[in-house]
Amino acid sequence: MADSGYFDLRSAVLLLLLAALAVIPLFGDIFYTRLFTRIMIYAMAALSLDLILGFGGMVSLGHAAFLGVGAYTVGILSLWGVQSAFLSWPLAMLFSMLIALVIGAISLRVSGVSFIMITLAFAQMLYYCFISLKGYGGSDGMTLAGRSSLAGLLDISRHGTFYYLVLCILLLILFAANRLVHSRFGMAIQGIRDNERRMLSLGFPTFRYKLVCFVFAAGIAGLAGALMANQSLYVGPALMHWKQSAEILVMVILGGMRSLAGPILGALGLLLAEEILSNYTEHWMIILGPFLIIVVLCGRKGIYGMLKGANDHD
Amino acid sequence: MDPMLLLVQGLNGMQLGVMLFLMAAGLTLVFGVMNLLNLAHGSMYMMGAYLAASLQQHTGSFLLALLLALPATFLIGMIIEAVAMRRLYDRDHLDQVLVTFALILFFNELVRIIWGPQAHFMALPDGLTGYVTLFPGVIYPAYRLIIIGAGLLVALLLYLLIMKTRLGMLIRAGASHREMVGALGVNIKLLYTVLFGIGSALAGLAGMMAGPILSIESGMGDSVLILALVVIVIGGLGSIRGALLASIMVGVADTFGRILLPPALASMVIYFLMAAILYRRPQGLFSANG
Amino acid sequence: MTEALLEVRGLVKCFGAIMASARLSLSIMPGEVHAIIGPNGAGKSTLISLIAGELRPDAGVIRFSGKEITALPVHKRSRLGLARSFQITSIFQGFCALDNVALAIQACSGHSFRFWQNARRIAALREPALSILEQVGLAGRAQTVAARLSYGEQRQLEIAMALAVKPKLLLLDEPMAGMGQEETEQLTALLMGLKGKQTLVLVEHDMEAVFALADRISVLVYGQMIATGTPDVIRSLAEVRKAYLGDEEMEGA
Repeated sequence: MADSGYFDLRSAVLLLLLAALAVIPLFGDIFYTRLFTRIMIYAMAALSLDLILGFGGMVSLGHAAFLGVGAYTVGILSLWGVQSAFLSWPLAMLFSMLIALVIGAISLRVSGVSFIMITLAFAQMLYYCFISLKGYGGSDGMTLAGRSSLAGLLDISRHGTFYYLVLCILLLILFAANRLVHSRFGMAIQGIRDNERRMLSLGFPTFRYKLVCFVFAAGIAGLAGALMANQSLYVGPALMHWKQSAEILVMVILGGMRSLAGPILGALGLLLAEEILSNYTEHWMIILGPFLIIVVLCGRKGIYGMLKGANDHD
Repeated sequence: MDPMLLLVQGLNGMQLGVMLFLMAAGLTLVFGVMNLLNLAHGSMYMMGAYLAASLQQHTGSFLLALLLALPATFLIGMIIEAVAMRRLYDRDHLDQVLVTFALILFFNELVRIIWGPQAHFMALPDGLTGYVTLFPGVIYPAYRLIIIGAGLLVALLLYLLIMKTRLGMLIRAGASHREMVGALGVNIKLLYTVLFGIGSALAGLAGMMAGPILSIESGMGDSVLILALVVIVIGGLGSIRGALLASIMVGVADTFGRILLPPALASMVIYFLMAAILYRRPQGLFSANG
Repeated sequence: MTEALLEVRGLVKCFGAIMASARLSLSIMPGEVHAIIGPNGAGKSTLISLIAGELRPDAGVIRFSGKEITALPVHKRSRLGLARSFQITSIFQGFCALDNVALAIQACSGHSFRFWQNARRIAALREPALSILEQVGLAGRAQTVAARLSYGEQRQLEIAMALAVKPKLLLLDEPMAGMGQEETEQLTALLMGLKGKQTLVLVEHDMEAVFALADRISVLVYGQMIATGTPDVIRSLAEVRKAYLGDEEMEGA
């Protein structure tokens, strides 16, 4: 993947976007602050999926499961009286990563369609598992008493404060992911996506690398889940349904795989489209469906990919 | 456990299995021959149910509704194939997942627009509302027996179709040597369209027959789809024999899981089954054979 | 007597009713260039896959550097020093040539669970990569995306990657496949330069190259080694001539 330098159209768009995000709470009313908080959280989830999909070449239809685990960790801990973000958020990430370790260790033994199916199956397993947890809301889910506390450092029950915290976290993740992708690990993962047979013959134990990538991505998704629980003050099994996984997948594709900004654009695009379209008709799905089909059929570069131009070899 | 209860539950398992087979057969056929992973298959199940329910309301006859709805779903399947699916054959599975997922969204919304968001119901046909006495003291709903019978009949017909007819031969050949079959002058495009139509009709049939037992609503095909996917993965992608064996396995496992285990574990039984089988045999029980 | 670097004994591999390898035995001495020739369908690719580890034999033993590797997976064999180039070009199409070789070097520079430093800025990876590209003649194309390289250049890249891991034994599966006259000569010159420094197992159809490079030649027919010896010996053997259906094949050498 050629390093195309720092200032090109893509970077410009990304910077513009981030600048815009930075000032939103200052202009619009609370509604927009909350909307964009939600968008940023989904962007985080989409970014984490892109790590394994766009960079790792692993098509997972069960990624939302990790979102759900993260969210439920916060929710359940909250029910038990643990409100500290310093405790529940890292734990959310930890549990997501542990579950990903188990799921990944089994799923990554197969590839292709079987991998897609088995990740789907595991996500469904978790979905049904959480539905049956009557103590934690069952299929209705449960509401949280309040947002996590940051030991007095920040009061994130205020929407504006929470917004900026989420933005900072998103930027941190973006930065870390960027380093990851260009590091030795990132090169290895992309090599595995490009030609796993070759990687094995060069001496890489590819299974290990894929698993680590899978677990990392789950950790980020877990954090996104924790933030989501805080954002809506609600956790429910629908969060880990395979349709949620598919929606995040759509965000990644729409925005452009194999880039870190793409998923952010995708989340923005999809959720804004939903928001705008649903003002016109409650049947906005019927427009979105065919639109998505057209986007996929016309080439999968996504918005970001199209900005990159023709000299990129996908 | 009471042997009579065992029998009744066994039959329930068979009934679920047979319905799953109708779904799985179309799904695995399309995957085996066209290498197409079609998530919208569940939508055909849903369309079959809605169409049959609607026709039953208008004509008053269950049988007539079935007879009309079946070719209707066949037709809808062929149209979808011509409009969207045909462009996906050369794409990778990710593209197929995305497009067919988009179709699910589309159809779920479509039925809401046409028939409204409320759940619909189909009445059991008059002659079949009763029970059949299998053994002294053991009765079983007649309708469910019909479903089992119908399903097995379809399995037999499919077998005959694939093994004994020219179309079947083309299907099997198409699975292994697409270009060759095309080069021989056979209209591959038409073959695929018809095949997709058959698959859709089978799914629609499952939906129609399920209509009187379940409530008909938007999204009803999604959970069945997952089960069907589990079935074809266990059975082996592309294998109809595998689909039959796996659907019975899954149907029975699920049914017995629900009566023996607490609800949390019961739902997970078939996924454990799938994970275990894939772990040992990633290709499923059978390899593609048509 | 020097011990063989690679020792294959009694290797059997069946695909259904076809016996692709029938009690095959082969010894490769350190430092030699050993060519394997034979008609199409003789089982040469199967043999390479068995040695590399992509296929498991039904019976038989493979020893490398004294260690038994019959049950070892591909990546572990590579780590022991067994490198391979593929008959059908298998490189990283999305990376540029330099990245391709750098990745190969990265493969044998410890583990890659390093998440921070930009791999493209690590001199210990880039410099050796560049010098190997010079060695194979691709230095000028270092920044070109692999997918954009010509077929011959891709084959050169293929070799470069195999060399980059500093193997003890290099398995070359038809490296000249599909190459034009000039490219073949270039590659032959490159491999000549490796003679004595590198142990090579060369599967090839191009007889000119084979007879120019090989210290010893083994002939594989229907999954069996029918002869092993120096080029002169092989050239004269009647069975070999018979296997190649006529003396024309031998004339070119």
